[in-house]
Amino acid sequence: MSTFEPTLLARINKPDSQSLDTYRRDGGYEGFKKALGMAPVDVINLVKDSGLRGRGGAGFPTGLKWTFLPKDHPGPIYLAINGDESEPATFNNRILMEQDPHQVLEGIAISCYAIKSKKAYIYLRYEYGRSYRALKKAIEECYAAGLFGQNIHGSGFDLDVVLHRGAAAYICGEETGLIESLEGKRAWPRIKPPFPAIEGLFRKPTIVNNIETMACVKQILDRGAEWFKSMGVPPDPNNPRDAGSYGPKLYCISGHVNKPGCVELPMGITARQLIDEHGGGVWKGRKAKAVVPGGISMGFLSASELDTPLDFNGPGKVGCLGLGTAAITVIDDHTSMVDVLFNCARFFAHESCGQCTPCREGTAWMHKILARIRMGEGQSRDLDLLTEVASSMGIIPGTTICGLSDGAAWPIKNAIKKFRSEFEEYIQTGLKTVKPSDALMEVH
Amino acid sequence: MPTVIVNNKPVEIGPSEKLNCIQAAERAGDTIPSYCWHHDLSVVASCRMCLVEVGEKKPDGTIAMQPKLSPGCQTPVKDGTVIVSNSEKVLAAQKATLEYLLLNHPLDCPVCDQAGECGLQDYSYKYGRGYSRLQEPKNIKPDKDYIGDQITLFTDRCIMCTRCVRFTREISGTAEMQVISRGSHEEIDIFPGEPCNNKLAGNVVDLCPVGALCSKDFLYQQRVWWLKSKNSVCPGCSTGCSITVDQNEDVLYRLKPRENPQAQGSFMCDEGRFGWKYAQSDRRLTSPEQRSGGKTISRDWDVVLSTLGTTLADLSDQKSGTFVVAISPWATVEEAYLLAKFAKEVNPNARLALGPVRTVGEDDLYPKDIHGQPSLPTKFTIRAEKCPNRRGVESILNHFQGEIIPFSSVLYDIESGSIETLFVLGGDPEGWISDADAAKLDKLKLLIVQDLLGSAASSKAHFVLPGAAWAEKDGTFVNHNGLAQAIHRGLRGPEGSRPDGRILFELSGRRGLFHAASLRKEIGSQIPELAALSVGDLGEFGVSLSSAAKTEPQPVG
Repeated sequence: MSTFEPTLLARINKPDSQSLDTYRRDGGYEGFKKALGMAPVDVINLVKDSGLRGRGGAGFPTGLKWTFLPKDHPGPIYLAINGDESEPATFNNRILMEQDPHQVLEGIAISCYAIKSKKAYIYLRYEYGRSYRALKKAIEECYAAGLFGQNIHGSGFDLDVVLHRGAAAYICGEETGLIESLEGKRAWPRIKPPFPAIEGLFRKPTIVNNIETMACVKQILDRGAEWFKSMGVPPDPNNPRDAGSYGPKLYCISGHVNKPGCVELPMGITARQLIDEHGGGVWKGRKAKAVVPGGISMGFLSASELDTPLDFNGPGKVGCLGLGTAAITVIDDHTSMVDVLFNCARFFAHESCGQCTPCREGTAWMHKILARIRMGEGQSRDLDLLTEVASSMGIIPGTTICGLSDGAAWPIKNAIKKFRSEFEEYIQTGLKTVKPSDALMEVH
Repeated sequence: MPTVIVNNKPVEIGPSEKLNCIQAAERAGDTIPSYCWHHDLSVVASCRMCLVEVGEKKPDGTIAMQPKLSPGCQTPVKDGTVIVSNSEKVLAAQKATLEYLLLNHPLDCPVCDQAGECGLQDYSYKYGRGYSRLQEPKNIKPDKDYIGDQITLFTDRCIMCTRCVRFTREISGTAEMQVISRGSHEEIDIFPGEPCNNKLAGNVVDLCPVGALCSKDFLYQQRVWWLKSKNSVCPGCSTGCSITVDQNEDVLYRLKPRENPQAQGSFMCDEGRFGWKYAQSDRRLTSPEQRSGGKTISRDWDVVLSTLGTTLADLSDQKSGTFVVAISPWATVEEAYLLAKFAKEVNPNARLALGPVRTVGEDDLYPKDIHGQPSLPTKFTIRAEKCPNRRGVESILNHFQGEIIPFSSVLYDIESGSIETLFVLGGDPEGWISDADAAKLDKLKLLIVQDLLGSAASSKAHFVLPGAAWAEKDGTFVNHNGLAQAIHRGLRGPEGSRPDGRILFELSGRRGLFHAASLRKEIGSQIPELAALSVGDLGEFGVSLSSAAKTEPQPVG
């Protein structure tokens, strides 16, 4: 592990890392120039060959997604970049945007060239003020340097990049919610099909990609598909649908650790390695009770599951929803899972967009039930009720339009399954490991 | 023919028909419950009431079912589509959805206007679980008593189907309504300072599947199970919206649009919806009168009618043009026929004219764009011609008179003194004659007014015959498009008034009772232009007068 050289984060914390000058000095925009000399389809094939899977959470193969665009479409085709990083404890995109915005912009330029899009929209969550300022300045620099605009480098390729600041809602990170929001509407996810690649932004074919994915695209152009494939985990031979988990990945470490932060590592590192080798271990000499593998919508790893590799398949094998955003949150053994779960439920009840009945009412109900349990008024049958409600909502059973509901239900199902005895004990003894803080008690 | 299998029952659909699972199941006689879906609005698939299992029957006969539930509204059917709406999985999903919808619902059915015709009540009985497992307090949302002049919102009853929002965006185009807040705190609201007062606003109350949006006009007036409904046609303009007339104990409480793709579609305008109050006003004529020299001679129907009959019979030797009958476009086809035929029998030289045709402005087309201009495709039209049956009356006049004589020329002839006797069959509630025009009637030797409301003409008539409002009589209206629809007697008029058909039936000395369907057969057999009426019973959706229009679907609006 000591030999691993970060690439995505290589320029982080260097002086003036946001400026075009230093970026160019470090070889910036050479990949874009290289791409302009290639046929767009070759760029797509290169990304396909690299095995790059989307970094936003679902892990859909990026190159494959690009090929879903209609052939010979007269245009316009749009690229929408999802910078609405709103999964709790996730900040890998933020670091890229704040510290190395040009890396992201170069990836955007390359991707637009590949999919023949002349316009990219960056949808940025409102809370990211620094990212906004860094990206805004970087975009202006690119226009001034002729990297964006008309007929770039005499190639005949035009590109406009629009930076759009959202109004802060978790649902805007859902790709069709993001598109609706970009169109100026309420961010209610759309019914699929049609998928955005067929009918997306302004009813035109649209590719929605994550910020980190764009940085990976830039690195793949610079270093080649083989380089990217030299890292990570190959496909599981027993799973014909597994596309493998290649490349470097930004892992966020937060919660009860000594050294929280964002680290770049090859795909497939375990949660234990992240905590012990990169996060400085669990704080106060305590032990981890549970670890969120990639944003709270993915569920929990129990203490015995910490050796699970954090690639696209690993968390799923131990009952989590998936890798998600690869942002681990460590929960120490002094923390009540009732509190943890209550906080999760509160978040999703607050963020449910309210379009589909099961999610709108279910998330709020689960929040109310957990609030009651937390106040010591729970009954054991509440745990079954919570599981029933959680199982009834989401795109997996088919009862909602988007996956927010699955993400809201997963930690509930997961925690009750893996930590049921703790919940039972809490309910039966009225045991409160931590006195409920008044701030958390407010039921919205 | 493409075949869809609904709960093991094969059902054929048209080769080019685009149906969703709900519609296909309806063909098979099965109901898939739904709230947010409405065939005239866009599909949002958000209420999740219509979840079904969907699969496909392969050519080799095997059936592959999708593992997850699908919303029936959003899933189109094609040949071989398999729909299962009664499996345990589906029933469990329906139960779950209803439990969610009722979590924060106040269950105030005893004081709710919608009770009795409420989607939540009906589905809860049919598909729900019967009790709630919610132990926590319900969300309480503030009621909004001003969504519009006619609309109030009981916010906590709302199930967020967004039909109302979509209606104002897609049908009226006025977009006053929106969803505010998020998650279970969501509420329907209007944009600040933009009340829902468009001319189609009342439809959002009908579209609301629960008791959230209520009509202020109808609020707390009646329990709906007391109401008796009759199919009718709105007389407000020549669009001829199919409606129901809801009454109890001869008091009219509300009109509701009745879906008719051949007429207006699914909706009606507020002018029609709330414009019927005249029918129950104290301006109604409630007593027949025979007057002479400014004195009332009789108020007895039998005396008035028989005196009028003999008076008119004396006109048989009058010369051409001195006896004129004006038939209002508010009269039914049957009334126009009876009067026209009677007049020509009394005096073959009698002239038949069309009563005043009231038009206001221009046709009002919906949806509107952001500038208030109509945008295509048109989804609803409020017509400028504010009468229900000009085409029907004109067909009668064409047959008996051979031409359409406008009322203006009748007035001109009265002024010039060439008319001695005028029989007016009225019905327009807006006052069909001005005081100035009424003054011209002083020149007449004999004026007979059969009308609904008192007017400047009725006050100087020698014979006044109080007729009935459209909701109080049977008959036929022909709309702008040549669609003949039956109106049915929903309630009795005020004491003293009589249905116009009955009055004219008796005046013509016909035997028996006025019966609209029999008269239609008679009219259809005698007047080629109205041959389509010979079926007698026009059915729920009416009959198009032109056979060509019968086969081709008529544009909605």
